Amino acid sequence: MEFVAARDLDDALDVKADEPDAALLAGGTDLMVDVNLAHHRPASVVSIRRVRELAGVDEHRIGAGVTWEQLEGSPHRALAQAARTVGSPQIRSVGTIGGNIGTASPAGDGLPWIAAADASIVVASRKRGERVVPWNEFFVGVKETSLEPDEVIIAVQVPGDVPESQEFAKVGVRNAMVISTVSCVVMRGDDGYRIALGSVAPTPIRATQAEALLNSARDITEPLLDELADVVSREVRPITDHRSTEAYRRHASGVLARRLVERTRP
Amino acid sequence: MIVRITVNGDDRPFDVSGPDSLLSVLRRDLGLPGTKDACEQGECGSCTVELDGALVCSCLVMAVDADGCEVTTVEGLGDEDGLHPVQEAMLETGAVQCGFCTPGFVVAGAHLLDRNPHPTPLEVKEALAGNVCRCTGYGAITRAFELLAEPHPGDAQTGEES
Repeated sequence: MEFVAARDLDDALDVKADEPDAALLAGGTDLMVDVNLAHHRPASVVSIRRVRELAGVDEHRIGAGVTWEQLEGSPHRALAQAARTVGSPQIRSVGTIGGNIGTASPAGDGLPWIAAADASIVVASRKRGERVVPWNEFFVGVKETSLEPDEVIIAVQVPGDVPESQEFAKVGVRNAMVISTVSCVVMRGDDGYRIALGSVAPTPIRATQAEALLNSARDITEPLLDELADVVSREVRPITDHRSTEAYRRHASGVLARRLVERTRP
Repeated sequence: MIVRITVNGDDRPFDVSGPDSLLSVLRRDLGLPGTKDACEQGECGSCTVELDGALVCSCLVMAVDADGCEVTTVEGLGDEDGLHPVQEAMLETGAVQCGFCTPGFVVAGAHLLDRNPHPTPLEVKEALAGNVCRCTGYGAITRAFELLAEPHPGDAQTGEES
């Protein structure tokens, strides 16, 4: 196995330019599971956890190498809430938001926030330089993204108009160390409500019909909230798998969206 | 590849050619079997160590990527002649059944108390959420940390208010 510990972004991009198949290693919480359980033997690995360009975080740009432990203190309330529910202290100390994005699991806990914030993924390669990809063009399927093999995810670009009023919640079989059955972020801003969900479609999704229902209403009444839950339940596209059933995920999606709209209501 | 790490204060270079985990190197190459090997997917916490001060599952650390790092394993926290306070407390409350998860709980618990000497019961539960006891001996384990979290007599005089 070839191994490079990249010191800066140039190092990492050089390796990926020469060997696009090189596995990127940050926190190891996905890659090493493949190594340990699926006996994956990467021919080439580039470690990016020391790359300083990936480490920075501010309100408008979150470096791909920023860990969940760091994001527990994010000024973005729902992102901090999501960070706190990821894995365990041992996972949050090393697992990164860039890894969550690159793995693109439907259950990635950071992804509904990215969708609700209308954030973009900043990627870079030696050949094409930097590209800024809107989230809904980046996530294209179950664990599938539009990242090119020679590219490295370098940051999440956060628009300036992300509402301050925002809430995250997820449903799982227990409180700690759990993979989401359904996750949801609701934001309320000047342009109205935004509702994003995870684990209920191949990619994170926005519940656009439910958003339209809320944003065309004069008042958020109880009957409207009931209708909202119904619309969200119909709008999501979950599957039945070992973690839950389609019917339960539809139901829980409506319950979560309704609950978070109530929490963000003025 | 020759990898240089410090384990429990000692230089412990090793040679590795594949993507082996730090866990397997500690147990197989460095003669430190205190760190336990169970799920190998970061779910159970039995392989918990400190890596440059961070609490990690050593099964998820690629050993070659630990070059230059300082590692603390359960062997570095205490031994038969001088138990760590977490080990003393777990003995006192009978927090060890089969013992397989114990090293992970000791390392995670010591990490917590280093940063937060008087954790609340909820803080203890959250800090130990990544450690699984298949004997389900959680009651005795959390009671051990309740003992440790009690303010010590000397602390009252040095409260934050003064």
